[in-house]
Amino acid sequence: MGLRGVGRAADARGAACGQAGGMRSYAELPGLMTQMTGDEKHGPSATSTLDVLWVLYDQVLRVSPDTVDDPGRDRFLLSKGHGPAAYYAVLAAKEFIPESWLAGFGSAGSRLGYHPDRSLVPGVEIASGSLGHGLPIGVGVAHGLLARGLRGLGDPAPRVYVLVGDAELDEGSNSEAIVYAGAVGLPNLTVVAVDNQSSTYGWGPGGIEAHFAVGGWSTVRVSGRDHEALASAFRVTAAGATSAGPQLVVATVEGEE
Amino acid sequence: MSDMRSVFAETASALLDEDPLAAVVLAEISVDMFGKAAARHPDRVLNVGIREQLMVSVGGGLALAGMRPIVHTYAPFLVERAYEQVKLDLGHQDAHAVLVSIGASYDGARSGRTHQAPEDVALLESVPGFSVVVPGHPAEVEALLCGAVGALDAGSTYLRLSTEANLEARPVSASLQVVRSGRRAVVVAVGPMLSPVLEAVADLDVTVAYATTVRPFDAAGLRAAEAGSGAVVLVEPYLAGTSSHAVASALTSRPHRLLSLGVPLGELRRYGTPAEHAAFHGLDAAGIRRSVTGFLGLTS
Repeated sequence: MGLRGVGRAADARGAACGQAGGMRSYAELPGLMTQMTGDEKHGPSATSTLDVLWVLYDQVLRVSPDTVDDPGRDRFLLSKGHGPAAYYAVLAAKEFIPESWLAGFGSAGSRLGYHPDRSLVPGVEIASGSLGHGLPIGVGVAHGLLARGLRGLGDPAPRVYVLVGDAELDEGSNSEAIVYAGAVGLPNLTVVAVDNQSSTYGWGPGGIEAHFAVGGWSTVRVSGRDHEALASAFRVTAAGATSAGPQLVVATVEGEE
Repeated sequence: MSDMRSVFAETASALLDEDPLAAVVLAEISVDMFGKAAARHPDRVLNVGIREQLMVSVGGGLALAGMRPIVHTYAPFLVERAYEQVKLDLGHQDAHAVLVSIGASYDGARSGRTHQAPEDVALLESVPGFSVVVPGHPAEVEALLCGAVGALDAGSTYLRLSTEANLEARPVSASLQVVRSGRRAVVVAVGPMLSPVLEAVADLDVTVAYATTVRPFDAAGLRAAEAGSGAVVLVEPYLAGTSSHAVASALTSRPHRLLSLGVPLGELRRYGTPAEHAAFHGLDAAGIRRSVTGFLGLTS
């Protein structure tokens, strides 16, 4: 039996408000993450994205539990669907999903799997897991938002943010999207590449950003643990939205070792 | 008379004019046919270059942004090269698009195996939520494309165009259409197989039913057409046996025999014309007649 129609977003918010009494802080994320057990294989993958996800949902994305279906919302696409514990923790902290969902992580009765499914989780924009799909989909979403001429929440046009991993960029489908989005100058697309140096062959002396820059992307590299630097980088990319092409933020985090 | 591809481009261009949410995604193929539409709607006619994975993913992304995308190229590049994108970026995302292919099974007889995809329908029917539509004549394409775009809220459609066509168009229907009636068997002719089938069985006592929509398969229509003869012949312009399971499911409760004709699995390694390939595959009128008379124990 499927899970559709059970525990919709409205129920989720009610439950979260009932038990927690308001939004959680960054300091509470580790406690939320420890409620999810069983996916230790993806542990490094999960923690590498934690700070980037927090900063996006806490300071950047114009989307809330009340606007997950609003056409003018910003879109966040977790392309690297591996190790989604940090993602689910942030979604719980921001009350997109109830905290009570976390403990069932990966079980038959849970909406939260080892790779997220947009049909099951409020606020999740794409189902991901197989690598190299989120960025190409994001190019289509960005085109669609431009074609519809939508106003964003708080006026500036809605923006698409795609999180990829450095090893995920091995997938050739990303290269198709990187060259194309740069060539047509998609102005409303930001990619954040979380770089924990896990790609076996790496990206050479110029790093990941060299491969985007040659295609016409604006690029910046910051510490993936520095909230102020991350927020500043995202603010710059959003501010440049009307004058520049797509934007890349490389977020460096410690390697897996 | 225009060919199916030209009718498709004209109809899709008109849809772009009428529907502000319609979009066309291309990968170089047929770009010249959308020149005027692209000039009028530069934000909704997207050519991603020779990037078929991106083409399908962009279709999925457009749908997630609330658009109605039409995605188009040669069948092998649309369905086979980008199959995981079809599975995940459309099917699994529950994002709907109309995929329109050209080339069919052996339109590209001279081009060789790289440009042939007789397995396309078998692959597409394995993705939940897809309808599969096979026009038999250019004059059927407009209504079928408009119907597919109009049904996007409900699901995706694969529209399979070919340079092969029947001598005459028929009214468009999602149901099996009985073209002529007989007692010995029902012969289901899919898309451009109708004319060769009618020629093949002209003097045989069989029912001929015409199908353009093959997924969902019209099980009730088949049961009505079969009418107790106990013999079904399926003539499909793509991989032989693709719809055998649909026929078997439709007739689970009835004793019956089934002959499935189509493109055999295998490497032909021959060039030539589509007509020559039809003959190689036994899908010309003479080949179909041989198979049907053998199946029914008649002397041809």
